[in-house]
Amino acid sequence: MSPDRYQSLANSAFGGAVTKRLGLPKPPLLERHEPGKPLVSAPVALGAARGGRLEEPVREVLRGLDAHVETDVGSVDGRGELAALLFDASGIDDSVRLRSLYEFFHPLIRALRPSGRVLVLAAPPEDSAGVRGATAQRAIEGFVRTVAKEIGRNGSTAQLVQVTSGAEGAMESTLRFLLSARSAYVDGQVIRIESGHLATPADWDRPLEGRTAAVTGAARGIGEAIAETLADQGAEVLCIDVPTAGEGLSEVANRIGGTSLTLDITGSGAPAALADHIRGRHGRIDVFVHNAGITRDKTLARMSPEAWDAVLDVNLSSQERLNDALLGDGLLGEGGRIISVSSVSGIAGNRGQANYATSKAGIIGMVNALAPVLRERRATANAVAPGFIETAMTAAMPVTAREAGRRTSSLVQGGLPVDVAETIAWLASPASGGVNGNVVRVCGQALVGA
Amino acid sequence: MSPPDRRPVAILGGNRIPFARRDREYAGASNQDMLTAALDGLVSRFGLQGERVGEVAAGGVLKRSRDFNLTRECVLGSALSPDTPAYEVQQACGTGLETTIHVANKIALGQIESGIAGGVDTTSDAPIELNEDLRRLLLDLNRTRSTTGRLGLVRRLRPGQVVPALPRNEEPRTGLSMGEHQAISTKRWGIGRAEQDEIAVESHRRLAAAYERGFFDDLITPFLGLERDGNLRPDASIEKLAKLNPVFGDGAGATMTAGNSTPLTDGAAVVLLSSEEWAAEHSLPVLAHLVDAETGAVDFVHGDDGLLEAPLFAVPRLLDRNALGLQDFDFYELHEAFASQVLMTMKAWEDPAFCSERLGRDEPFGSIDRGKLNVTGSSLAAGHPFGATGGRIVGTLAKLLTERGSGRGLISICAAGGMGVAAILEREA
Repeated sequence: MSPDRYQSLANSAFGGAVTKRLGLPKPPLLERHEPGKPLVSAPVALGAARGGRLEEPVREVLRGLDAHVETDVGSVDGRGELAALLFDASGIDDSVRLRSLYEFFHPLIRALRPSGRVLVLAAPPEDSAGVRGATAQRAIEGFVRTVAKEIGRNGSTAQLVQVTSGAEGAMESTLRFLLSARSAYVDGQVIRIESGHLATPADWDRPLEGRTAAVTGAARGIGEAIAETLADQGAEVLCIDVPTAGEGLSEVANRIGGTSLTLDITGSGAPAALADHIRGRHGRIDVFVHNAGITRDKTLARMSPEAWDAVLDVNLSSQERLNDALLGDGLLGEGGRIISVSSVSGIAGNRGQANYATSKAGIIGMVNALAPVLRERRATANAVAPGFIETAMTAAMPVTAREAGRRTSSLVQGGLPVDVAETIAWLASPASGGVNGNVVRVCGQALVGA
Repeated sequence: MSPPDRRPVAILGGNRIPFARRDREYAGASNQDMLTAALDGLVSRFGLQGERVGEVAAGGVLKRSRDFNLTRECVLGSALSPDTPAYEVQQACGTGLETTIHVANKIALGQIESGIAGGVDTTSDAPIELNEDLRRLLLDLNRTRSTTGRLGLVRRLRPGQVVPALPRNEEPRTGLSMGEHQAISTKRWGIGRAEQDEIAVESHRRLAAAYERGFFDDLITPFLGLERDGNLRPDASIEKLAKLNPVFGDGAGATMTAGNSTPLTDGAAVVLLSSEEWAAEHSLPVLAHLVDAETGAVDFVHGDDGLLEAPLFAVPRLLDRNALGLQDFDFYELHEAFASQVLMTMKAWEDPAFCSERLGRDEPFGSIDRGKLNVTGSSLAAGHPFGATGGRIVGTLAKLLTERGSGRGLISICAAGGMGVAAILEREA
């Protein structure tokens, strides 16, 4: 059963009638990935502003997906006919030409079906020629974020993908992820793609085949979902958690056919122990997911020094030490991925979480700084920033705080651990070498910290 | 020292669940639950899901009759391949080490490439049997065909027959419990109270320190909410132990208390063994090798030797065969069934008379450096689920040798029935 009872109620026949009459929101049922289902199951529309460079590469990807691209968009008049609306805005070089966004989306937006996708492809503003080009490209972000807010009640999402010049061939894994149900709770995001070291997977359903991944905090919750999803996509997963979580950790590892390693990542010997383990058992690691995290919430005036130290050490400093060991010993292979779990609290700040928000903001700084270092090694570093995700931790929250967390996003609901996991799997893919130094929120376009 | 036609046997690691005191955390857990949990923890550490292991050998001492194929049932319930065969061995407290020897021997002979050995015991979920009179009556009833005959048998039913038969911690041939037996040996060897308490305190102190430094992080998987051995008392002190009244032995000479004897405990432990080739194929580092082993027994019923004195003889035989002296070891794991058993063992090996008369040696067998004895604690602190102790010690010693980098370790375990099992582990530089 869904952890969100209100959502179930509002989507039932009787409950839906009552909540509608009361003027209460109806959290849409989000489509999520199911094995065997086509990635795009209805026609899509593709448009472009004149002078763009992304339409053709996008069309090429859509062809590979067997997606039917509606050529006669004038014939689209009904509701819910289209699975996605894609628009190449990279050619917009002046604010007066932003009108092409209006012209493409205005007649089609109602034709987007529930759990539909809006993708606007553009250029990074700072790469644009001249002040006017940069102004126009930056303006697109406001448009996309607004579209996301308008279509969220349908379970649909909108994203802006900024592709640097020369990275046109690096978009496929990102387009596949954003068009698919795997990105259900990623909404209103700006994703930057640069040219990078890519490998096209033989099987897009199992892009991690032959790769070794490590996940910290894997015994339960989001970490457990990450381990499961990476294993589903073909990775051999090393599940790491503290010794006291060993029982759950062992169950997870056995269920997904991975291995378990009980390790307190804050221990002084942890980096060396981890390096030894990886060297001896796997030789190298392709994907390292820093997921382990703790909270010790108190307002700053009441916070003990122990609460500050513990949170900073587990959530940030230990990650830095483990990264040093992985990079120093060359254990992160070519095409390697470091993926860190940040938080919307780290972006927006959160009352009572001075320690936690500091640590999670630090992660953003860390992946930004690591990105150029890893680019040299043909590897990447990225972060995901979950918003309200339904876990045992949120189930224990006071009901008003929990309801506020759930409803204050464009999708009017909390996300599931698998939503975070799918996002991490996309970043982990060998085909995602062009995604580097990004912080992608998995928050249903939460209102805070936008 | 192995003859050339024997292959080296690698110890790759161990896993156990924390040991619980009787009727505490594992009161509701069966032998099958505990052994399966220990197996699954091992499987997850070494990525053996769906793997066909050569064999799993494990056993328990206190067992219910319906668990006739206990180890195989545990394999079927675990993440291992169901194509993995399994069998049980029961050799009282020697069970876990004896199974290790069995598996190791098959690997050495090339009959299998990998195997899991260990054991389990529950004193909480104990096998309670029908009253013996009632059992005979029911069997007679089953054999009788005529109604009148059956009615005659039914008239033999007595209220007293509802009293069940409980498992007894006593030797069938002497009627004495293990503790009572050891009390006789303790007195005969002149082992004092203070030195026994000292051994017990040291055991608790060292086990607690090992936990603190994370030594057991890759040797233990928590079970049913228990994260450390329930019997562990990090604050144990000579003063506290001195207050306890003796529980075994009589009169003023009684020195054995609940503090310097192992309590009844529940738990399970397993170890993973393999050939060198199998370890390399699976990218699993070899912690140590099992060099040789010896199982012995003494006539404690009619002879002069005490119930737990078999290791006094088995260890010298083992070392002689391998041309090793008692000083040639970096670690000594002498299972602490009772503090006095450990002290008696060391005293005997230092005793010129015993060594000459009973071991036929010109010189005493030797002394053991206490700094190398049970360095991460032993059964007095951890507890002693009979079948599980061997697996606990093999896993612990293999890791100690890994930490040291190279070296040699001796294991000695005394067992009920006047038996004892000993083994040598080694890690080459």
